[in-house]
Amino acid sequence: MSDKTKKGTDAKTYKFDTLSLHAGYQPHKNAGSRQVPIYQTTSYLFDDVDHAAALFNLERGGHIYSRISNPTVGVLEERVASLEGGTAALATSSGMSAIFLTVMTLCEAGDHLVVSSQLYGGTVNLFRLTLPKFGIKCTFVKPRDTEGFKKAIQKNTKGIFGELVGNPGNELMNMPEISKIAHEAGIPLIVDATYQTPYLCKPFEHGADIVVHSLTKWMAGHGSSMAGILVEGGNFDWMQNDKFPTMTKPYEGYHGLSFAEEFGPTAFTMKARAEGMRDFGPCLSPQNAWNVLQGIETLSVRMKKHCSNAEEMVKYLLGHESVAWVSHPSVPDHPDHELAKKLLPNGRGSMIAFGIKGGKDAGVAFINNVKLASHLANVGDTRTLVIHPASGTHSQMDEATLKFAGLSHDMIRLSVGIEDIDDIKNDFEIGFRAARKPRLVSNQ
Amino acid sequence: MKFKVNGNEVFASTGGRPFDKKKPLIIFVHGSGLTHMTWVLQTRYFAFHGYSVLALDLPGHGLSGGKSLKSIEDMADWINSVIDSVGYKEASLVGHSQGCLITIECTARYPDKIKTLSLMGGAGAIPMNPELLALAENGDPKAVDLMMDWAHGPAGHFGGHPVPGLYHINTGGMLAKSRTIKETLAVDFRACDNYKNGFEAAKKIKIPTLSILATDDKMCPVKEGKKLADLIEGSKVDIIDNCGHMMLLEEADRVLKVLKLFITTNYPSK
Ligand SMILES: Cc1ncc(COP(=O)(O)O)c(C=O)c1O
Repeated sequence: MSDKTKKGTDAKTYKFDTLSLHAGYQPHKNAGSRQVPIYQTTSYLFDDVDHAAALFNLERGGHIYSRISNPTVGVLEERVASLEGGTAALATSSGMSAIFLTVMTLCEAGDHLVVSSQLYGGTVNLFRLTLPKFGIKCTFVKPRDTEGFKKAIQKNTKGIFGELVGNPGNELMNMPEISKIAHEAGIPLIVDATYQTPYLCKPFEHGADIVVHSLTKWMAGHGSSMAGILVEGGNFDWMQNDKFPTMTKPYEGYHGLSFAEEFGPTAFTMKARAEGMRDFGPCLSPQNAWNVLQGIETLSVRMKKHCSNAEEMVKYLLGHESVAWVSHPSVPDHPDHELAKKLLPNGRGSMIAFGIKGGKDAGVAFINNVKLASHLANVGDTRTLVIHPASGTHSQMDEATLKFAGLSHDMIRLSVGIEDIDDIKNDFEIGFRAARKPRLVSNQ
Repeated sequence: MKFKVNGNEVFASTGGRPFDKKKPLIIFVHGSGLTHMTWVLQTRYFAFHGYSVLALDLPGHGLSGGKSLKSIEDMADWINSVIDSVGYKEASLVGHSQGCLITIECTARYPDKIKTLSLMGGAGAIPMNPELLALAENGDPKAVDLMMDWAHGPAGHFGGHPVPGLYHINTGGMLAKSRTIKETLAVDFRACDNYKNGFEAAKKIKIPTLSILATDDKMCPVKEGKKLADLIEGSKVDIIDNCGHMMLLEEADRVLKVLKLFITTNYPSK
């Protein structure tokens, strides 16, 4: 280990921008192809019977069937693991299936999770309505109520789950403190970091144990493909207590394999693939994996523009006569302004919520009249997206339910794109002008 | 499985099969600061093909109890005690990096017990880079980052793990951080640096020996590995292109293929 060519004690492993272009892929093993090939295949030849058995027994690495793994998808998995600073990853057909597989790998019927109350609506439904059908119960805690997470932990609690910045209220959970609470209880912290991407925040550096993403959003950026992923930090000790028998005890489905003993820092991903992907099957298509890889190549460049545009928009909205309030962690009076500075040093993200003067009618008029901003049910596209939850996604809710979900009639949710900032502002002027009209009419 | 050696609990992976004393024994010895998990892509194969496997966690490492042993000589004696403790009279040894120093010394000390020796990324001596040693002895996690940097070849730095979804550098780093750096990695590094008997021990080895070396190994370069192999009568050498010091993971299939042929030929299971 005497390395005379090396001077200085800084490791020269590749850094973020380089990893986002190269990690997980070796051209010399793929006919020299510079671009990652799309392995559009369901299955893979075995050399002989012994090779087949070895692959099924996890004696050797390799691919069997594309539900379990695929070389193109594998590049994406390694790439995201490298960017997050994780040991391993498993890509899935959508963000929802990544969350579902994570829970099913962690929990059994009779188990319990402590969950932040400010989550993407689909995730709320999964935790509130669907998981109880599998015998898994959840207690919801407001993201800022750090002590509440501790109080909600029960004997059968197997993890804490949350989004770092809640949607749409932009409330932060104190990840470093909540991870301490989880670890004192001997359970992992799982963070949905879709809104941040590893460019803005690497949750493993703040105590998270498992990270999930909807890659459909900023990671891909182009809004062309559904995809999700779960990433393992590798630091959680599954053997410290007897809470995770399916990780630590011999598993019948693999000749009595103990995932924790055999795979240690990658045990969770190995189990999620060997059991979860095998039995539930929400695999990512190689074409979509490739599409997402195209997006990840420019992740840093895009995220910088997303964030600088978002900060410009915050200033513009704060100074606008038609705007009642603006919520974004970059606003100095945002309750989590300081925590956001610490956890999101590279930018506070591109999701803004604001109130439009004139309430629901004004909101409807704004949405119906903007031309550049797209009105749709997605976030994290390179294009600017807007939605008025009270008249769209949440129109069935009454006043009280809206309030509980952190919504109000005047709220517009904005996912800032990377267009020229002047064009976005000019478009908003059209929307605001239209929004002021119904009030003029009703005043007459 | 867990068993006791010199009063301390020892963990060893049996490769996913129950330990069966009727089968010939292969013992795998990991490198500095690492654990039994580095061997997962070799051990399971042998366990499923007629051998009893023990991929050890050295004392104070991974899931084993006790304190890290301070010298390669003590570790070599400890391997001998392992063989006794599990009720065997003989075994085949496989070592990686520091594990090569240990298994060479063990073979020289207990010539009748050891039937074949397989060395990966081995050398007769492993003098430590003083900066790396100092970082480890200060418990600085940079030591692990630096070790992972130097331990992987240019290809391994990009990834391409044989097990889909795993990322080399971070997985290795987590293994090396699984116990405190000062009490494991640093003690191992110091033991390697202090060990001077490798070449003398090699000259005493008369059993079938295999050395697997890699062209991009910066920690135990091919030149050093060959120097060692040349001292061992009739030893075989296999050199892997485009691969670094972590060949047992970076090129796991190739390593398994060579190891399989060597062990099944020289130490067949009935
Ligand atoms: C934070 C968050 N997590 C998860 C999801 C679900 O991801 P997908 O739509 O890819 O299933 C979404 C989707 O909007 C999301 O915003």
